[in-house]
Amino acid sequence: MENKETYWSENLRLIFICLAIWFAVSFGLGLLLVEPLNEIRLGGYKLGFWFAQQGSIYSFLALIFWYGVKMNKLDKKYQAEG
Amino acid sequence: MEELKLYTYIAVFGTFALYFGIAWWARAGSTSDFYVAGGGISPMQNGMAIGADWMSAASFISMAGMIAFMGYGGSVFLMGWTGGYVLLAMLLAPYMRKHGKFTVPEFIFDRYYSKTARIVAVVCLIIASLTYIIGQMKGVGVAFSRFLEVDYGLGLGIGMAVVWVYAVLGGMKGITYTQIAQYVVMIFAYTIPAVFISLQLTGNPIPQLGLGSTLADGSGVYLLDKLDMVVTDLGFKEYTTSSLGGTLNMFAYTMSLMIGTAGLPHVIMRFFTVPSVKAARSSAGYALIFIGLLYTVAPAVGAMARLNLMNTIEPTAGENLVYDERPQWFKDWEQTGLLKFEDKNGDGKIQYSADKVTNEMVTVDNDIMVLANPAIANLPNWVIALVAAGGLAAALSTAAGLLLAISSSISHDLMKGVLTPDLSEKNELLAGRIVMTIAILVSGYLGLHPPGFAAGTVALAFGLAASSIFPALMMGIFSKKMSGTAAVSGMIAGIGVTMLYVFQHKGIMFIPGTSFLGDMGPNWFFGISPNAFGAVGALVNFAVAFVLLKVTGPAPDHIQDMVENMRIPGDVSAAHVH
Repeated sequence: MENKETYWSENLRLIFICLAIWFAVSFGLGLLLVEPLNEIRLGGYKLGFWFAQQGSIYSFLALIFWYGVKMNKLDKKYQAEG
Repeated sequence: MEELKLYTYIAVFGTFALYFGIAWWARAGSTSDFYVAGGGISPMQNGMAIGADWMSAASFISMAGMIAFMGYGGSVFLMGWTGGYVLLAMLLAPYMRKHGKFTVPEFIFDRYYSKTARIVAVVCLIIASLTYIIGQMKGVGVAFSRFLEVDYGLGLGIGMAVVWVYAVLGGMKGITYTQIAQYVVMIFAYTIPAVFISLQLTGNPIPQLGLGSTLADGSGVYLLDKLDMVVTDLGFKEYTTSSLGGTLNMFAYTMSLMIGTAGLPHVIMRFFTVPSVKAARSSAGYALIFIGLLYTVAPAVGAMARLNLMNTIEPTAGENLVYDERPQWFKDWEQTGLLKFEDKNGDGKIQYSADKVTNEMVTVDNDIMVLANPAIANLPNWVIALVAAGGLAAALSTAAGLLLAISSSISHDLMKGVLTPDLSEKNELLAGRIVMTIAILVSGYLGLHPPGFAAGTVALAFGLAASSIFPALMMGIFSKKMSGTAAVSGMIAGIGVTMLYVFQHKGIMFIPGTSFLGDMGPNWFFGISPNAFGAVGALVNFAVAFVLLKVTGPAPDHIQDMVENMRIPGDVSAAHVH
């Protein structure tokens, strides 16, 4: 395949976006901002608590699948898959 | 009681028979079968097997109990043990699968062109895996002795025999298919009681929603608000806000568990069993679906178990349970020593509070929360039997994965790779089986005579994986210039700092009295507990490696070419020998 460099840099950009969200939902919303978020309620859940014990896990799942879909498209675009 | 015992025998031995059947059907014929299941496992199957491999006796039995008593602080386990899969899916698994080798130390050897690197990786892997297995073996012994009332040692022996049959016969192939069955047993055993309890308490059958619902007693109070109220009334910290040693400690703890998860060799190995890079990426996603199913139920189990326990002891404020009228499950668990009552004020009633002087529930072990939960909630006997089979499935499946990681690192990396390179495939397979048998015997012995440090070892396993293996793998893929010497020095520095920190607070090799700084908050570096220190070790690893890279100069060209090749999915054949 050609354009190995651009394929790799597009991949790196995707990873960077995903890991930024990964950090934000767990360390950000679940830990660092937990106190102000706990003022908001989601049913019986305090929102910060919900992110720490539920929301972060759902977000991780969405991230992995989204990354997989994007990478499959990238592989096709660059004919990276053999 | 007799009915319960009968059901338990049926559940436990029925599932064992199933595992044997699968093992016979999926025997290993080649080293490729033995190490990577022939490289032909589908992503969904692999996801399930990763789930069973990953979720140990600690996840199944202990985690909800820890959350029950830590409340919000327990979130470090939930985020830490799931967030690592994001790192695996994006930073490690696809590229390591592309490279196409059998073991993690082999990858490190290829990338850092150094036998020292390979041996360091093997040592880390063996220490991390063996310490982990002790916990599984203990879990097997406890489950047998509590549920079937057989001797702890005998229970352990039965567990060892079962693992031996399917792990030694089937290698990775047999282990993969049994793990799929074990996942199914485990997830039913975990969620069915949770659904019942959620229904009882809130009227909502989905535990994840029940935890955020109002109570079914007509009061209209949210379950979590009620729990906050009940625990604070007795002087405990508020459930939904109680921190675990402050924000910085929780941050470091979560990070250590995340990168430790991504660096555990027995998990990484599972990604070598799928047919393509694409499949490696989606395996991580499926794995997290199956793991997330248990991990999102766990906080509900924890909170509801805590509430049920409180309500049993003090049904209405000020009206405490009379000790002589305590329920059967209370008596059962008292016999195990995991639950202990001491009538300090001599009134014959049970007072449970945060005040150590007046508290009469002197021992409430974390582990009983999941195991006793169905009995506390008065669920039918078959549910209790199912929990016993589920706990065993969790312990056995993880033990098998770890045993394979150990045996492959010895037979493939140490023997074939370093000591006796001309070992034939047939003999390597035989060596793998012999090593695995020895590993089972050693871990059984350690389970029977747990060394004093067993309790502190999870910290060590995650600390090692986080501070040595994860950074080495990540730099190997993302920094193509990273040289062998720099990376090995980084690994050793990372492990060194982490071990030193764990030992200085917990004793050298965990021997009591040899710690030179007490294991308490004020002595901790910025308040970071030893369990949370792996993240700091990883930072040291990265820093040392990048500084030394300037000194040693970049990796040779053919290594850089190899890294470039790793980054492109290309045409992937099954994992191969050379």
